[in-house]
Amino acid sequence: MSPFLKASGVFVALLLTSGVVLAFERTSSFQMGHPGVGMDLVQTNKELEAKVQANKVPAALPAASSDGQLAVDAYKNVQVLGHLSSGDFTRLMTAITTWVAPEQGCAYCHAPVKDANGNPEKDEDGYIIADTNNLHSDELYAKRVARRMLQMTMQINGEWQPHVKATGVTCYTCHRGNPVPQYIWFNGTPVEGRPMIGSNGSQNGPSLKVGLASLPSDSFETYLRGDATANIRVISKSALPDEANVATVKSTEQTYGLMMHMSTSLGVNCTYCHNSRSMAEWSTSPPTRNTAWYGIRMVRELNREYLEPLHDTYPANRLGPTGDAPKANCTTCHQGAFKPLLGVSMLKDYQVLAAAKTQPAKTPPPEPAPEGAPAPEGAPAPEGAAPPAPATP
Amino acid sequence: MADYMNIFTQLQVASPPHAGPPIPNKEFRAGRPFLSKLIGWFGNAQVGPVYLGTLGVFSLICGFIAFEIIGLNMWASVNWSLSEFIRQLPWLALEPPAPSNGLAFPKLNEGGWWLMAGFFLTLAIILWWVRTYRRARAHGMGTHVAWAFAAAIWLYLVLGFFRPLLMGSWGEAVPFGIFPHLDWTAALSIRYGNLFYNPFHALSIVFLYGSTLLFAMHGATVLALSHLGGEREVGQIVDRGTAAERGALFWRWTMGFNATFESIHRWAWWFAVLCPLTGGIGILLTGTAVDNWYLWAVKHDFAPSYAAAYQVLPDPATLPENSKFEVKP
Repeated sequence: MSPFLKASGVFVALLLTSGVVLAFERTSSFQMGHPGVGMDLVQTNKELEAKVQANKVPAALPAASSDGQLAVDAYKNVQVLGHLSSGDFTRLMTAITTWVAPEQGCAYCHAPVKDANGNPEKDEDGYIIADTNNLHSDELYAKRVARRMLQMTMQINGEWQPHVKATGVTCYTCHRGNPVPQYIWFNGTPVEGRPMIGSNGSQNGPSLKVGLASLPSDSFETYLRGDATANIRVISKSALPDEANVATVKSTEQTYGLMMHMSTSLGVNCTYCHNSRSMAEWSTSPPTRNTAWYGIRMVRELNREYLEPLHDTYPANRLGPTGDAPKANCTTCHQGAFKPLLGVSMLKDYQVLAAAKTQPAKTPPPEPAPEGAPAPEGAPAPEGAAPPAPATP
Repeated sequence: MADYMNIFTQLQVASPPHAGPPIPNKEFRAGRPFLSKLIGWFGNAQVGPVYLGTLGVFSLICGFIAFEIIGLNMWASVNWSLSEFIRQLPWLALEPPAPSNGLAFPKLNEGGWWLMAGFFLTLAIILWWVRTYRRARAHGMGTHVAWAFAAAIWLYLVLGFFRPLLMGSWGEAVPFGIFPHLDWTAALSIRYGNLFYNPFHALSIVFLYGSTLLFAMHGATVLALSHLGGEREVGQIVDRGTAAERGALFWRWTMGFNATFESIHRWAWWFAVLCPLTGGIGILLTGTAVDNWYLWAVKHDFAPSYAAAYQVLPDPATLPENSKFEVKP
């Protein structure tokens, strides 16, 4: 072989090798456990950058006066936020508009101005205009849902600190500028018309619900729905068989499917919550696993107490293919980040959402009304009950 | 013979194609033999004729039935859409019956097809095993290949037959499918507390990786000695020439010990055979004798302990204030 041929061979080999090496994406890794045991989180820098871009937090609105008239006195039909000052109340309403319906504006929830024929009037951009004289109306379903969602947000921040910690959540955590949060789920549609051949047991299709694995894709129905009773734990507590554990490989696949959902929702691998030498052992698991444990219970409660009961409030086009109400899972808030919005607390700027409060009674008019005078118009029924009260349909 | 020292085939030996020795059932020997330069780069340049025999024909028929049952079930599961069948093929599977079915013969669409596919696939494999045994005998060979194949069949039968029998449920068996059988493998390991701590699984991995190492060492040694007649391995077993001496010296000086031109083949054969033999034992014990391999390893001081490096919290389900979350199926 000529020296030239040899040199060319070496050159081509170097070129190919560097091509292969450079083809790999740059990564960042975080060690989370004991050195050398693979308790690492490895992510590509591109993914991390995309996460930062996707999880930008909108600027907080300037603080409002906490003094002055209470919302319950300043406005009609205030059932959940009556204890706020009218300044805090309008500030929150403005914030909710930017978080949930930035394009549609107030009229997404509040009744519109109507023309002579009863049709909603639109502004020059084609958006419906809310009737500022009729803000108390519960005409639109979105307002009735929004009221329940405020109660849900307060319940999460007040009662679910084992999961959300002091960071808390706001409407924006899930909505991100969309009237309907981007990541919701519905019950799967039952397979029809294959009585003899081709049953796949709700698995073995590329389902995003389980991170594109071939695992069973009905994990949400099994573990996250309000009525879920299936046991997630499948690993035995004793070394030898003792009849106590009836879990099978198939039920393990279902648990595994749920775990794939959590993993993709949070953009992490198994070792974020588990010391993978023993998925079951709590005494070797990172504390994140405890946070996740509460998260699963939280999602179940939210689906059972808040989201599923709204079924009758929604119009048909908001329901799933089998007619069920939209439900939440881990992705609804997390959206690919290990902490929603990468752990930035929006709640600290909107402490009014921190917990549900007992609603004050409307302050009675200073002077008793003279006899024969008409009763004040539009006065709502007194609302004293603190959440979770059933949604006003 | 220096041409053989290259890592790619440079030299092909061409001779007139031959049909093999005379056989009684000529009809089973099919195809006119021909030479192919391309195939010669990878193996023998002569292609054909093929001899199937009765066993081979029946084995292929049974294998075809199993292949059809699996394939048609997969195709039906995407509503007979050809494009979806191609797109989703790696995900599609034929699943064994539900665990609640036990060992009964289930309805066709609830695992019955799986049982039938497994039956015909097993029959095909066993018929093919008998064929390898009989062809070896007919050619006056030893039956080493047949017994190595039997070791692999042992693991196959443990996974799909012996272990499900012992566990009392076909649902414990492996699905037929590309990704599904891999997900099943991971799920089996999770359910039984991490197969990593199963010593027979560990042995099986030693023999698996050991096989590749031995194969590389042996192949490299023989190619490197080919200009000295090293490819005449078997001759040099009894009549040790310079090739065998140099190879032995190389390994003795490299690692202090060397196999011989004879024993290296026994090393390779035993490593290959022990891989599925030990693996099969490990799977057979899983769920039958041991339910959590991690805890078993802790019990027998086989799993080392180390500092957590993070705050360890108790199982939240054991905290009294969390009893409200208890799920009662």
